[in-house]
This record gives sequence, C-alpha cells and structure tokens, in this order.
Amino acid sequence: MTEQASKFHPKSNSVLYKATSTMPDTQPNLAKPAPASAPITTTSLPGSEHITLRVKDFNAWYGAFQALHNITLNIPSQRVTSLIGPSGCGKSTFLRWINRMNDLVANARAQGVMQLDKDDVLDRNFDVVELRRRVGMVFQKPNPFPKSIYENIAFGPRLHKHFHRSDLDALVEQSLRAAAIWDEVKDRLHNSALGLSGGQQQRLCIARAIAVGPEVLLMDEPCSALDPRSTASVEALIRELRQTFTIVVVTHNMQQAARVSDLTAFFFEGKLIEAGPTDGMFTNPKNKQTEDYVTGRFG
Amino acid sequence: MSGISLRAKRIVKNRAFLALCLLSTSATILILALLIASIMAQGSHFLFNSDALGAVFAHGELSQLTKIIRWDFLTNFASRFPEKAGIYAAVIGSMWVCAICALLALPLGIGTAIYLEEFAPKNRWTALIDFNIRNLAGVPSIVYGILGLTAFTRMFGLFGSDKNSALSFGPDNAWWHIQFPFGQGLLAGGLTLMLVVLPIVIISSREALRAVPSSLRQASLAIGATQWQTASKITLPAAIPSILTGAILAMSRAMGEAAPLLVLGIPVFIANTPDNLNDNFTVLPFQIFNWAGRPQESFHQLAASAIVVLLIVLICFNGVAVYLRQKLRKPLA
Ligand SMILES: Nc1ncnc2c1ncn2[C@@H]1O[C@H](COP(=O)(O)OP(=O)(O)OP(=O)(O)O)[C@@H](O)[C@H]1O
Ligand SMILES: [Mg+2]
Repeated sequence: MTEQASKFHPKSNSVLYKATSTMPDTQPNLAKPAPASAPITTTSLPGSEHITLRVKDFNAWYGAFQALHNITLNIPSQRVTSLIGPSGCGKSTFLRWINRMNDLVANARAQGVMQLDKDDVLDRNFDVVELRRRVGMVFQKPNPFPKSIYENIAFGPRLHKHFHRSDLDALVEQSLRAAAIWDEVKDRLHNSALGLSGGQQQRLCIARAIAVGPEVLLMDEPCSALDPRSTASVEALIRELRQTFTIVVVTHNMQQAARVSDLTAFFFEGKLIEAGPTDGMFTNPKNKQTEDYVTGRFG
Repeated sequence: MSGISLRAKRIVKNRAFLALCLLSTSATILILALLIASIMAQGSHFLFNSDALGAVFAHGELSQLTKIIRWDFLTNFASRFPEKAGIYAAVIGSMWVCAICALLALPLGIGTAIYLEEFAPKNRWTALIDFNIRNLAGVPSIVYGILGLTAFTRMFGLFGSDKNSALSFGPDNAWWHIQFPFGQGLLAGGLTLMLVVLPIVIISSREALRAVPSSLRQASLAIGATQWQTASKITLPAAIPSILTGAILAMSRAMGEAAPLLVLGIPVFIANTPDNLNDNFTVLPFQIFNWAGRPQESFHQLAASAIVVLLIVLICFNGVAVYLRQKLRKPLA
C-alpha cells in the first residue's frame, strides 16, 4: 500500500511541471486519452481497497442557501485526497461536515449519507466528541493554544484518558516526531508555543491533532498562511503522514494538490465536478471546467 | 488656491487642534490637582501630626517619623468629639461588605458571562437578556438601594419586621449567625452592592471572553473537547487576567458607593466591629457623607481626611488592576 502510494509522488511532480508551463494553446498532453489503468469516474476515488469515508447524495445548506449539491464521493484510507475549486465552491463546508464543526454554525444543515467506516456521521445521536477524536482537523491559520509546546500536545490526550506522566511524555514525543518537529522543539518543550515560527506552529497543530490518535486528518488550506519554506516542510509532512492517516486537504494551490495528493476532487459552485487520481486530473481532465481550472484559465 | 497656502492652512489647523487638545487635557489635570490639594489641605489636620512634622522636617528628628501620621484617626471609632473621631468602624465595615459583595458578585457575574458568551444560543431571548444587562449597568445605584431595602432589609415583610426578626440561625456570637430579614446588617449591604456591580462584572467578563480568539475554541473543539472543557481549560484561562481587571474595578465601584446603603438606613455611629453576618456596619463613603453634612467645620475636615483614605484605597485597587492588565495578560495568538 505504501509502495503504491509513493508512486504517485514523482509522477505528480512531472504533471505539475507540464500543467503549469504549458500555454493554453499548446496542450497536446491534455488531449491524450486517459490511461486504461486509471479509470476515472466522477463519483469515486479509486486507488485503495478500503474506503474510510463514504459520501452519497450529500447536500448542505446555510439557512436557505444550498452550499453543496448531491455530493457523492468515496475517500480511500491512507491516501491524500485534495479538494480543489474556486473560492466559495463549498470545499470548507464539505470538510467541516466531516467532523461536524458545522454544528457550531447556527443555521447549517445537511442531508444525505456521510459514513465514517460503519458510522453515520450525520446521525444526531452520534457523539461529536468521539467523532472529532477520530477525525482531526488542521486549520488555515496556525492556532496553537497560548500554552507550552508540551501542554499543546498533551491537551487532547488528557481530555479523553488519564495518563501517567511517563506515558504522556512518550506520547508527546511520538506525536512531535510524527509531525517532524521534534528535533526543533525538544529542548524547549516547556516554552510557549507562540514563540514558534508560523511553519513550526502549523506542524505543532498537526502534532496536536495526531496526538489523540485520529484515523482521518482534515486540513483546510494548511499552508496558505505560510512562507515557501514552511510550506515545503508541511507538504513533506503530509506525504509522510499518509502512511498512517487518511488525509483530506483543501488547497487553492494546483501545484500543491499535484505534489501532495494521490486523489483530487474538483468542486465548482457547490457541485462535485470531477474526482479521480491526481495525475489523471491534471493530465487528462474529463471535464472542460476541470481542465480550465487546473490549467489556470479561471478560478 | 496654490499648493503652498493649502499646505500652510493644513499646518495651522493641525497646530490649532493640537493646542486645543493640550488645553483641555491640562484643564482636566489642573482641576484634579486643585481637588486633591484642597482635600489634602482640609484633611491634613486629622491625618498628620503637625508637631511631629515640624520635628522631622525642621529639626531632622527621624525618631518622630512614625508619629507624622495620626494613626488614631484610623483606629478610633466615630465620636461626637471631632478630635476623638476616627474611621475604624467604617474601614472594617467597608472591607467586610466588599468581601461579601465580591464573594457573591464575582462567581455569579463571571458564571453568567461564561454561560452567555460560551453556551447560550444566539437568539432573540439571549439578545433580550443582553439588552437588559446593559441597561441595568446604567441604572443609578440609589435605585438598587430601594430594591435592597425591600428584598434584603425587609424581605417583603415575610419574616416580621427588620427590628424584630421571626427567623434566625446560629448563636449571636458566631460569625455565621443569620437572621431573616437581613435588616441593616452586613448581608443586606453586601447583597445590595452585589446588585450594583453585577451588571458591570457580567459585561466586563463577557468582553474579556469575547476577546479570546475563536480560533482557540475551534482548535479545542476539533480535538474532541466538550464545550465545557473548552470553556474551562482554554477560554477562561486565556480571559482570566482581563476578567480580574474588570472585577477589581467593579469592586472599587462597590467600595465607593454610599447611596444604596443610605437607602437601606445603615447607622453611622458604630461603636464595635461586626460580630456576625447580620451585625450593623457602616462604610467609608457613608461616614464621609455623614460628616460632610454636619454644620461644624471640624467635621468637614474629618470628611476630607476620610476622603483621602478612601482615595488611597481606590488608587491601590486601580493600581492592582493596571498591574494585572500589564503583567498577566499574555498574547493569545
Ligand atoms: N457560516 C456561513 N453562513 C452562511 N453562508 C456560508 C457560511 N459559511 C460559508 N457560507 C457560504 O457557503 C459557500 C461555500 O463556502 P465555503 O467556505 O465552503 O467555500 P470554500 O470553497 O471553502 O471557499 P474558500 O476557498 O474561499 O475557502 C459560500 O458561498 C459561502 O458564502
Ligand atoms: Mg475555505
């Protein structure tokens, strides 16, 4: 599984190069038919046997405004799935329904099927606390707690279980290592997390999300507030983490989607236009709108 | 018009405005200085010992240093004879009543603020509550005095009259002795002052909580914390310095109130410190009010001396509030 996943990476890099350097009138590569080995449908994301999140005929509203229309999408486990699309097309809305953060929005409402493994995410009786422990979230702007680095990581685990000090220490180290930030912070675990750089803060937030042991990690434009170097480190981390987690990442950056994701879903005006393996989406989009968007002709 | 003259005009306007601002600022400071000077001049007789002052400053007798201040003014009870009068009962009464007021108003006010800010749904009902609290903060304190008189001093006449109570608990000499109605006792005073400061505590605490970035709440909730865990472990700790600052300022307001207690009818001549929660008491502002209303000049001087003491206490309160604001308030994001 890991082997298969890592194959995507070098390929998608080359795709990225072509997609961004080709002028609109000279795109022979985009006209090529899709390779038979990668069947693309608009409803499912192939690439892994096991589906972590099943979404079927999903609709979401804010009051009377319908933000998402009939979304049907399967998100495979231990893959990075990127959601792309122009601003306001509903990517964040979709993401925030997966861990029910939209419960906080008074007039937000949803209908349809959204299944995490066997559980119905939209079930009113489904425990959101349990859901959010299984589905972690990383926000656009790094938002560490105004506490020490150690306390930031230990906060989540301690909510759910009583730990012995040594176990907690080990868990903190493990989470920070998993988020590739241990070496940078190991000597100042008890200093304020606000003293870290933006990129470090974002990786700390990822470590904080990892610490409670989620299955899925949702990331809403995790790099958009970061400089290129920090972006590179967070992207490297995302690629690393897909071995353990199912990752859904929203991005406005086509190159980033191409670099980090195995599968891509293109949203437009609240509808899922196309979804499939990332390299296919960037070389052989089925849909004219997808093609226009990934080649930068709009959006 | 040429560019030069426009520019000249701008500069003149700017200077004039600056001068106006400086003028009004200095006028304010001047008035304040005059006020303090005149109070000090009037109050100095009962605050300072002129013999000791002369000895220390004219003759350098440092042994007289501690005698400069007339401590007996602080340690004597009120008296018909100005030279023997002091503010001991009033100071102790103020401390008691403020402590009771703080113990009641702070948990209630901060709790209400946490509920309204962190838990309450944002609907018409909570908007109405919000509107009411804001209005209550602007109600003159004497109105709360009337409320305190009926609700606490007399308790709507449910338990007999306030001079002849029908219900009491505990021996008279136990500090927790309580009788109903509360009469003019410490509990009635503390509760009435609680009414005065409660809206202030609620509003300042809500503002402190609102200043905590919602990204922190989201981070906590997204990790699987409940609303209560988020409020108690993330939002409240982040807001505590500002909440305390507001609480201290509210307490200094309570410290300075005379009007509502005047309505309760608290006595001014108190010859002992309170023994229990129902015992009679008086407070500094009320003592000042009483002395200032007497015809003799000596009592006016006593009032001025007590004002100096009250001002010093209030300045200390505000100093602590400023300190908390500067030192404890950490960046949140
Ligand atoms: N709390 C809300 N109340 C009402 N409408 C909302 C709310 N949040 C989002 N919307 C609307 O729902 C639509 C989808 O918003 P969403 O935030 O999901 O877009 P997005 O794809 O994440 O955009 P961006 O790329 O700019 O983040 C938009 O039209 C937006 O105006
Ligand atoms: Mg968004």
